[in-house]
Amino acid sequence: MDGFAPADAVTADGAARAGPPLGLLAELTHRCPLQCPYCSNPLNLLKAADELDAREWLSAFEQAADLGVLQVHLSGGEPTLRTDLEDLVSALSARGVYTNLITAGVTLTRERVARLAGRGLDHVQLSLQALDAEIADRIGNTRGSLAKKLDVARWVREAGLPLTLNAPTHRHNIGQAAALIELALELDADRLEIAHVQYYGWAAKNRAALTPDYDAVLEEAAIVGETRERLKGVLNIDYVTPDTYAQFPKPCMGGWAKDVITITPSGKVLPCHAAEMLPLPFDTIAEKALAEIWYDGAAFNRFRGYDWMKEPCRSCPRKEVDFGGCRCQAFALTGDAEATDPACSLSPHHGLMGDLAETSAAAPPPFVYRRIGQG
Amino acid sequence: MMCERRKRALVAANSAPRMPSHVRLQFDPVRGRYAVLAPERVYWPDDIAFDILKLCDGERTIAAMSATLAAEYAAPVETIEADVMEFIQQWMDLRLLTP
Repeated sequence: MDGFAPADAVTADGAARAGPPLGLLAELTHRCPLQCPYCSNPLNLLKAADELDAREWLSAFEQAADLGVLQVHLSGGEPTLRTDLEDLVSALSARGVYTNLITAGVTLTRERVARLAGRGLDHVQLSLQALDAEIADRIGNTRGSLAKKLDVARWVREAGLPLTLNAPTHRHNIGQAAALIELALELDADRLEIAHVQYYGWAAKNRAALTPDYDAVLEEAAIVGETRERLKGVLNIDYVTPDTYAQFPKPCMGGWAKDVITITPSGKVLPCHAAEMLPLPFDTIAEKALAEIWYDGAAFNRFRGYDWMKEPCRSCPRKEVDFGGCRCQAFALTGDAEATDPACSLSPHHGLMGDLAETSAAAPPPFVYRRIGQG
Repeated sequence: MMCERRKRALVAANSAPRMPSHVRLQFDPVRGRYAVLAPERVYWPDDIAFDILKLCDGERTIAAMSATLAAEYAAPVETIEADVMEFIQQWMDLRLLTP
């Protein structure tokens, strides 16, 4: 068993030779009933009229399956706002593609969960803003979201679907790791993701309001580490620590354009859901075939392999571990998309991370909520 | 209100493991090999792992699986059974097999 094996290879001269993609993140819409201040959608949110129709999505899914995509993550915005979601799930299921619904849950009914399961949905990932009803509503800028989400979790299990709880983490909910783990067991979840917010787009706009204290992160990491050992074989816990206090960057996306394709609601094709912020010529599925975009697209080939790297990455043995980190974070903080991710202690810009943590340590400002036209 | 808590499943020679319904062993024609599809993960079993996994039908016990594999690999059944048990425990801990 060699686990999540890399699906590509790098030639001796360091140039990349792409293998087939494993996963497709399909952002079906940017519309969402919640307005979380760390939303991973871009600041410039698309409206319903900009969205691909079912026929265009079905064509993209056929091409993706032909290309080697084995899992499709149906996401948004809130994907259940699409009334054609059932038909998309059916088509993917017929191709043997593993379908994952990434939802905030608040728009779902018990009947619809059962119907999606009947259409062949394989898995549900449900987001949780906080375990305190008042904080949950303040984060989503809504009412009654927590109680509804707990109902949805039960309906998912009742329909025989495996459940992942996904808790985006920041200073307002960081003390809840132990309670989240208890809740995941009580709801019979298969997996729990405790994932710190990634600070680009909306989250970068709200960085000072969201960044947790260092001590709180250490305490959380200790709880997760201890629990993982205790609950081995009982609950799978994915833990994503914040870059703010990191020594080395994360292997962002497992490497640029290596395993995953993102398609935005309007059909723009990206190597990761945040990449739209980079000054690259992204293609759309209306203009080109998905295979051509994946293998030959200028944006997809831009950071494949190691040849694009500058120092200190270029001569660093860790380049094969973390691929220089996140291109979006490098660009957002240094203005240079080829720079070493400042999360790396070897980056000449690493001091920026400490500065950002310090500005955040003061009293947190109010949230700037995610809204169309507010970016 | 409290539901009965799950426990870590421990492997035994008389366990008859199988994949839960949301985990699939599936041939991928693009890469020409078998993949295991699971929530938010894809695993690539090697040849030996595949030979074990295809016997995990919920009816065959580990003892029976080991006898089959011992014949196939022309190896002592005790060695095979120990390896199979270790493999099954690892996969149960990943929640990819149930006893």
